Amino acid sequence: MTAVFEIYARKLKYVKMLPNGTYSGALFTDELTIVTDENRARRVLQGLTKKIASAGVQRLYAAHLAEILEEDNPIVGYMRYVFDNEKNIEDDYGNRYVLRVSELVRMVRREKHRMEAFIRFQKLKDETFYATVDPDFNVLPLILKHFRKRYADQKWIIYDTRRAFGLYYDLHQVEYITLDFSEEGVGKSIVSKYESDEGIYQVLWKEYFKSVNIASRKNNKLHLRHVPKRYWKNLTEKL
Amino acid sequence: MADAAKYDVSCASSGSKRKNENKGLGNASNGICHTYTEDGRCVSLLKILLTNHCIFDCAYCVSRKSNDIKRAAFTVQEVVDLTINFYRRNYIEGLFLSSGIFKDADFTMERLVRVAKKLRTEHNFNGYIHLKSIPGASDELMQEAGLYADRLSVNLEMPTEEGLKLLAPDKNREDMIKPMHYLKNQLILRTEEKKLFKKAPLFAPAGQSTQMVIGATPENDHHILFTANHFYKSFNMKRVYYSGYVPISNDKRLPGLNTAVPMVRENRLYQADWLMRFYGFKVNEIVNDSVPHLDLDIDPKLSWAIRNMQLFPVDINKADLQVILRIPGIGVQSAQKIVKARLFSKLNWENLKQIGVAINRARYFITCSSNAFERRDLTGTNIKQFILAESQSKYLKNKPAQLSLF
Repeated sequence: MTAVFEIYARKLKYVKMLPNGTYSGALFTDELTIVTDENRARRVLQGLTKKIASAGVQRLYAAHLAEILEEDNPIVGYMRYVFDNEKNIEDDYGNRYVLRVSELVRMVRREKHRMEAFIRFQKLKDETFYATVDPDFNVLPLILKHFRKRYADQKWIIYDTRRAFGLYYDLHQVEYITLDFSEEGVGKSIVSKYESDEGIYQVLWKEYFKSVNIASRKNNKLHLRHVPKRYWKNLTEKL
Repeated sequence: MADAAKYDVSCASSGSKRKNENKGLGNASNGICHTYTEDGRCVSLLKILLTNHCIFDCAYCVSRKSNDIKRAAFTVQEVVDLTINFYRRNYIEGLFLSSGIFKDADFTMERLVRVAKKLRTEHNFNGYIHLKSIPGASDELMQEAGLYADRLSVNLEMPTEEGLKLLAPDKNREDMIKPMHYLKNQLILRTEEKKLFKKAPLFAPAGQSTQMVIGATPENDHHILFTANHFYKSFNMKRVYYSGYVPISNDKRLPGLNTAVPMVRENRLYQADWLMRFYGFKVNEIVNDSVPHLDLDIDPKLSWAIRNMQLFPVDINKADLQVILRIPGIGVQSAQKIVKARLFSKLNWENLKQIGVAINRARYFITCSSNAFERRDLTGTNIKQFILAESQSKYLKNKPAQLSLF
């Protein structure tokens, strides 16, 4: 957001967004380091809310959570296209930024949906339900609401191992937490913290998963498309 | 017990809008598939039979009376515990409960309803519940079931009455239709009530559905789709499911044990079903007396377009949404994007490709903002050959023939 502000403040024309420290210098270019400025970012956000629908701002936020290198460029491009146009351009799929942002949104939202599906809680002795995830994109902020609504009467933790932070719900509200694995050793000794019948339900679930399969209709390609291998390490039925 | 229930096809957990109130457990508003079996089907609900004891002898069913298998039954409490514990671990969206027939319809139905009641009232469970209604159950029980379940379904089993008589002599179609009628009327009544009083109780908010086995009897696609259409129209069905017959018995009345499951045919039927529900096609445009079977090589929309070449080419930048929806290679989402995007600028091939249109099929049927378009005067058969030549069907290896010989 701050970057967009700078672009307009300095009347820049050709801009390329790069992560810090990756600028390698090219002919006729200058480097400008952007430090997030809450105030300026807020002004840009306000401007955006005036030009596009709030669902559109939500979509931009989702696209931003993709956190793919270089993908900040279409997002900045999109925002500039918003500000440079009189009318609302959200549906202009002929424009490459609009189209790319809609692709990013689709990727992130698919990942969000997958996480809502593939999270497997394990019940611990203190009645907390614990799950680890390793999503491609930073989707925890997006799935928060779903899990808060659904599991309102149980304590739960969802921990993103790749980004080393998690969500904790204590029956009243959800907080962002970080766990120190070296001390607690949660990751390795999780089994020792299981509540007594956790094991039974895991076995029952695996049995169920095996028996709903119709062997004569086996279609492994489709199976893999729905449940890519990278998620298997956190899926009870695939362990 | 899941072993027998797996042949039930419905897995939908969507279409309801039960909210979590008073910090209870769960909600049912969106469909989530929690995992997928190795045959590629979605697992969203805990799909089980209360029992596989059954007094009926339907030739196509694994739980039939004459089949020599181990019989067992769950208690109501067991099903409840299993559901709650699976749900808390985020394994499932809810429960799909069906059953063999214990003594008579009411006795069995009463048990199914008790499971749902216990989940809702004692455990404050707001997840999805799909109850299979037992043909012949009383109206009072159906009424109670509707109060606790999100969706109710009655299996039609066979597309026609003759098929049913042949394979399931104990069942009769009248018993199946009756609860459907009752449900339909109740659903309409309750929606009216809901309009007047916001707090009126939910009654099966996800509606009713049904399923039929295909490929076990010699009905053609014409019969099947007309039956399906009839149920969508006159019973307000949310879904009709088609289940390709999986050979499980060497009964003389059925296809032999080594016949392949008619997977392509099942797929084509679902495609046709979608065309009727989302693309504005009428059933007699897809199949009719002169075209009784769906084409197994190509999808039903393409095959409709080839039969109606006089309607094409269509100008993407001018045509109505309804017309664009009928172009092969363009789905509902692409069609909507096209209609929105063309307000900003005229679309060319590159734009269409990026929007997600399958150009290899669509290009024979459209013109857009470009000088390049199909100039040859191709016949439908030509187009079919061109498209088949450049696409690789994943099914080509073992193509099961449709039962058109009888």
